[in-house]
Amino acid sequence: MPHASENTLTRLYENMVTARYYEERLQEEYLEGKQPAFDISAGPIPGELHLAAGHEAAGAGVCDHLRDDDIVTATHRPHHIAIAKGVDLKRMTAEIFGRETGLGKGKGGHMHLFDPDVNFACSGIIAEGCPPAVGGALAAQKRNTDSVAVSYLGEGAIDQGAFLESLNFASVFDLPVVFVIEDNDWAISMPKERVTDVENGAKRADGFEMPGVRVDSDDVLDVYDAAGEAIGRARDRNGPTVIEVQVHRRMGHFMGDPETYRPEADQEAAAERDSIVRLESDLREAGVEDDRIDEIRDDAHSRVDEAIEWAKDQPLPEPGAAHEDLFVSPASGVTDSEPDFEAVGGEE
Amino acid sequence: MSGAESTRELTMSRAMVSAIAHEMRENDDVFYMGEDVADYGGIFDSTQGLREEFGYDRIMDVPISETAYIGAAVGAAQAGMRPIAELMFVDFFGVAMDQIYNQMAKNTYMSGGNVSVPMVLTAAVGGTYNDAAQHSQTLYGTFAHIPGLKIVVPSTAYEAKGLMHNAIRDDDPVLYMFHKRLMGIGWMPAPDGPKTPVPETDYTIPFGRADVKRDGEDVTIVTLGLHVHRALEAAETLASDGISAEVIDLRSLVPLDTETIVESVEKTGNLVVVDEDYRSYGVTGEVTARVAEEALDALERVERVAVPDVPIPYSRPLEKEVIPGTEDIVNAATRTQ
Repeated sequence: MPHASENTLTRLYENMVTARYYEERLQEEYLEGKQPAFDISAGPIPGELHLAAGHEAAGAGVCDHLRDDDIVTATHRPHHIAIAKGVDLKRMTAEIFGRETGLGKGKGGHMHLFDPDVNFACSGIIAEGCPPAVGGALAAQKRNTDSVAVSYLGEGAIDQGAFLESLNFASVFDLPVVFVIEDNDWAISMPKERVTDVENGAKRADGFEMPGVRVDSDDVLDVYDAAGEAIGRARDRNGPTVIEVQVHRRMGHFMGDPETYRPEADQEAAAERDSIVRLESDLREAGVEDDRIDEIRDDAHSRVDEAIEWAKDQPLPEPGAAHEDLFVSPASGVTDSEPDFEAVGGEE
Repeated sequence: MSGAESTRELTMSRAMVSAIAHEMRENDDVFYMGEDVADYGGIFDSTQGLREEFGYDRIMDVPISETAYIGAAVGAAQAGMRPIAELMFVDFFGVAMDQIYNQMAKNTYMSGGNVSVPMVLTAAVGGTYNDAAQHSQTLYGTFAHIPGLKIVVPSTAYEAKGLMHNAIRDDDPVLYMFHKRLMGIGWMPAPDGPKTPVPETDYTIPFGRADVKRDGEDVTIVTLGLHVHRALEAAETLASDGISAEVIDLRSLVPLDTETIVESVEKTGNLVVVDEDYRSYGVTGEVTARVAEEALDALERVERVAVPDVPIPYSRPLEKEVIPGTEDIVNAATRTQ
């Protein structure tokens, strides 16, 4: 029996179908104008695009336990986590389309989304979100609040110094942070077994005297339970945890990735294991009617469609805006003149 | 380039790979480490086909641990091998900067020349495809600043091969910075220009020898990488406006061929330096300073065309605003007249 209440189940479901449909719609929009010969510079969405279809359980199952004041740092594949954390969907979409009203006024892009209202950030550099999450946890500890931080990373990132240093730092100072490893088996073209010494990334925790938990399927309810315990520990000031979640990469590393290196059987297996389908049967088992399930899904789709249409209507930034926003204070700092020491009795 | 040699037209990536393959066949000490360099063949085609010929032992997919594998390249080089390590994007340098800045670059000097580090670090550089602030930089100035690294930047297939042969054979650490837009990758169309005839045979292009890509009388345009092609395009436009521009392709930043630049400026009197890196404390300032030191009297006007001092933005109109375009070069050259 699932531990989550029916309300929780429907919330998780709403979240996951939003995230899945969001990626499907972005895929369509992104590929428009890039066909038949894929040209990364063409089409309505600029740049690279890393979609997270198949990762939804790791976003929803963890972030459902979080409040707006909790901090999340995500990866280069951030949309499902941003959606789960409650990032403004319209402004996020506008950012992905490079529009003026986007979260970063079109300066950041899809790998660099910042929504301070819900304390969400992400970075395009592997594992580099770990130290800032640790810093968020440090701030919570110093200010004696009960907020926590969650840092997401991929299984390929567990071999980075930034992650390992963060584990030690978090452990030494008993910080309220949870590291969530999304294991989709592939670091672009490199299968986990070829480049990483452990099959279970949560074992990294062993060397740093903290719990490490692996959720071996992407059953969102298992993720939800493991995350609930870890986040509870953090909130109760009992220190950090590592959680690894088995997820699946359903859309390649980036849009346009030919995935010629990946056995077809592996792609098919990823397509078959669908955490959303599994959650639907959990919902039915919990007594939720099919009509209600359809309604939740349809509402989620409408919200996504609306965000995308809104974003596409937004203006592109003026070129001159490229020169703004480097600093928030004046370049001179908080002052533009030195104190006049003569006035207080300096040298005659 | 000798006309007698047998040549074929190659993309820049094929030319780069052909030099690596040649050196690997000749020398068992040469091997390649990087992310997605084996089965994928390099995200930017930098190792296409090499794993098929040389196997996983010599074309090594490595953990995403740049500190470890770039540092391992330093160590293997010091132990007498000739490793090539690849930074998938130069922007990822930050996670391994100690190995690059404090080990790779300094060990020879600190040992009084008793230790050599015969390695190559390859890195994809550059923007123009909206990959934003953490995946679009060139960082030429960042690396050229630290003493102890030789730095090459090919602009065509011909240069890509000749510079790679020299980089692998050289007994010092060489940073080989290839521009993504020039490689001829299917999904990122290259401009006309980088695809050139390339001799079948191996040949080495010396570091520190710039190439005058176009002769001119009125203004000297000094640049590198992608912007060689933008400068050549600008020179065409300038010619139709009656301005004769000389275009110099630096080809290497360390050593820097000051002599060729100075000779040109002594002829034209005007200098435009074009760089895809940030404006301040970089290539444009350095080239200008060298000319000022050597030939101040000859210098009438100077223009710097570079990325204003902001990170590379994502949205297309913003990126276009900050990365120098052909028109920016035309305008700068025109202002010198």
